[in-house]
Amino acid sequence: MHEQRQIRLRPPRNRLEPRAIAWWAVQGLCTVVPVIVALVAAATLFAPIRLWALWALIIVGALGTVYVAVVPLWRYRVHRWETTEDAVYTAAGWFLQEWRIAPMSRIQTVDTVRGPLQQLFGLSSVTVTTASAAGPLTIDGLDRQVALDLVDHLTTRTQATRGDAT
Amino acid sequence: MIEQPWRRLDPRIIATTAAMLFAPLPPTLIILLISGAGLWPLLTTAGLWLIGGVLLSVGAWADWYYTWYRITDERFELRKGVISRNNRWIPRDRIRSVDLTADLAHRLFGLTTAKIGTGQSGSDSELKLDGIRRHGGDQLREELLHSESTVAGSDSAAPPKRDAEPIATLNLTWLGYSMLTLSSVAIVWGAIGSAFGSLGQALMSSGFLPSIGERFEIVPIWLLVLGGVVTAIVVGLVGALLIALEMWWGFTLTRENDTTLRVRRGLLTTRSVSLEERRLRGIEIAEPILLRMVGGARTHAVATGLGEHKQAAPAESKVLLPPAPRARAGQIAAAALREQSEPGSSVNLRKHPGAALRRRLIRALAVAIVIVTVPAVLPVVIMTVTFDVTMPDWLPTWAPWPVVVVALVIAIVVAYDAYRNLGHALVPSYLIARKGTGIRRTVALRRSGIIGWRFRQTVFQRPANLVSLAATTAAGSGVYEIPDMDVEASVAFADEAIPGLLTPFLEEEETTNSM
Repeated sequence: MHEQRQIRLRPPRNRLEPRAIAWWAVQGLCTVVPVIVALVAAATLFAPIRLWALWALIIVGALGTVYVAVVPLWRYRVHRWETTEDAVYTAAGWFLQEWRIAPMSRIQTVDTVRGPLQQLFGLSSVTVTTASAAGPLTIDGLDRQVALDLVDHLTTRTQATRGDAT
Repeated sequence: MIEQPWRRLDPRIIATTAAMLFAPLPPTLIILLISGAGLWPLLTTAGLWLIGGVLLSVGAWADWYYTWYRITDERFELRKGVISRNNRWIPRDRIRSVDLTADLAHRLFGLTTAKIGTGQSGSDSELKLDGIRRHGGDQLREELLHSESTVAGSDSAAPPKRDAEPIATLNLTWLGYSMLTLSSVAIVWGAIGSAFGSLGQALMSSGFLPSIGERFEIVPIWLLVLGGVVTAIVVGLVGALLIALEMWWGFTLTRENDTTLRVRRGLLTTRSVSLEERRLRGIEIAEPILLRMVGGARTHAVATGLGEHKQAAPAESKVLLPPAPRARAGQIAAAALREQSEPGSSVNLRKHPGAALRRRLIRALAVAIVIVTVPAVLPVVIMTVTFDVTMPDWLPTWAPWPVVVVALVIAIVVAYDAYRNLGHALVPSYLIARKGTGIRRTVALRRSGIIGWRFRQTVFQRPANLVSLAATTAAGSGVYEIPDMDVEASVAFADEAIPGLLTPFLEEEETTNSM
């Protein structure tokens, strides 16, 4: 017999910086704009494929607008993080959403990453790796100071629990 | 502390290398001779080959001359390199495996190759000794893996106890299952194909192929095709059997010194692979569809540091057993894990919600429609309707429809099979997860080896209240996913598997809905 407790996983407590929305939007622009420019150039320069290029432009334009205007807001609703004394809990994604939980005792390394765009917005990513090939837990779009404090907390906690984390 | 002497590899490794370099020369010359090459191409080929071979042999000598190794109380050290000197060492307490491989050339000269690994993936963590005596290899293995007590101990000359407890040996009838290994059959066909490709000209000019061709001209075409197919299948199966013989001859799985599993096998190339039991996190039983139909299965170790996801260690290092009867594979898996019976074999796996079946049906039908129905039907429609072309006599208008029906039926069967194979369960100390239809995989993962959870949900899964739960681990493929679980069931399952980890993140149903 299996006990039927109706329990759910609640979302992690902390949201990201609202600035992350702008960061994601700019990131989106950086992918979408070059494609649009290329298509416009193709449409103006090569008459034979003009019709096709225009169709592609309409489709890319529509998808690109959604990607730049809607997806960052969607992400902001989903992306969250939380740490306790014993575990790290993250939520991320939009079309495919992912919740990760890793116990402190299994954490191997904790890093911060700040890309050029992130620096522009004063943001920072924290990457928490475990021994698994599943990839690290990442928390994107944290305020710089929050990220540093988080790394401090994680480093102290993981040093307190020893073992080879496998 | 006594200074340990530096040791050299066996000089016969130079002869081994030379033999490997020159062995293909005579057959090459013979083939050139048959295909009617002139004297000059023959001589230049032989000359260039000889020069190259001699240079490389000198290189092998230099390698040997400059390679030294020693085992001290604390570490294993290796010095090598002609042009850039290379000194590397591994602390002895970090040595996790000493694997021995001897191919035919090495065996002719009584040599073997030892790889000394730390159990971390990545080539940096492995030292290779190419060319030690066969007995030396076993001694080295014994010395490095099992002599911790004699290193620290005061009783000096106590030999390490050779306590090898057999778990499984080869049953020759098992090799029948190996014949159904598609990859082996494909290798055989590929080898024959490429042999014909490169020897084709020789066979043609020697008049061998044309004479065969004449003999078959009177045979009807359908008989020729049938004969060809039957021959290909028989040759493929026999070839797969030969490959299996080479791979698995003399197979034994033993437990040594109560700490290490060791697999030994190989007819021409002999291999010895060891796996420390404390690295073992579970067992995966894989049943490719052909094997599954005859009740066979493969058995893999789920262990840390086997480097499955990196290029470092070959995938075969995780293989515990040749393809074998399913029940026997389970028993041996249990023995390797030190369990009474195969984990999970005594419980019924929990089924997944009906929505999981619906997803598989939609996916399979979509694939069938896109890759079969559309290409089969569309050309006929375009030809008859758009261009008003009448179909040729041998291809009536209705011809695509049986193909479509067969494709859709296959899609439904595959989807149903994929759904039926989904299952999960918790038994004391293990998480059991099963999935897959082309290859059905059942993994029994030690719960203590789980180092986190990953819940994943796509936009399509959300309205069906499904989620894919994965246990992350340092072993094997790193993630073991249970696809399309009921959302609430997945949380309860993860919570039960590792009590406490999820507790701070749980809430009662009514408050809010997050997933």
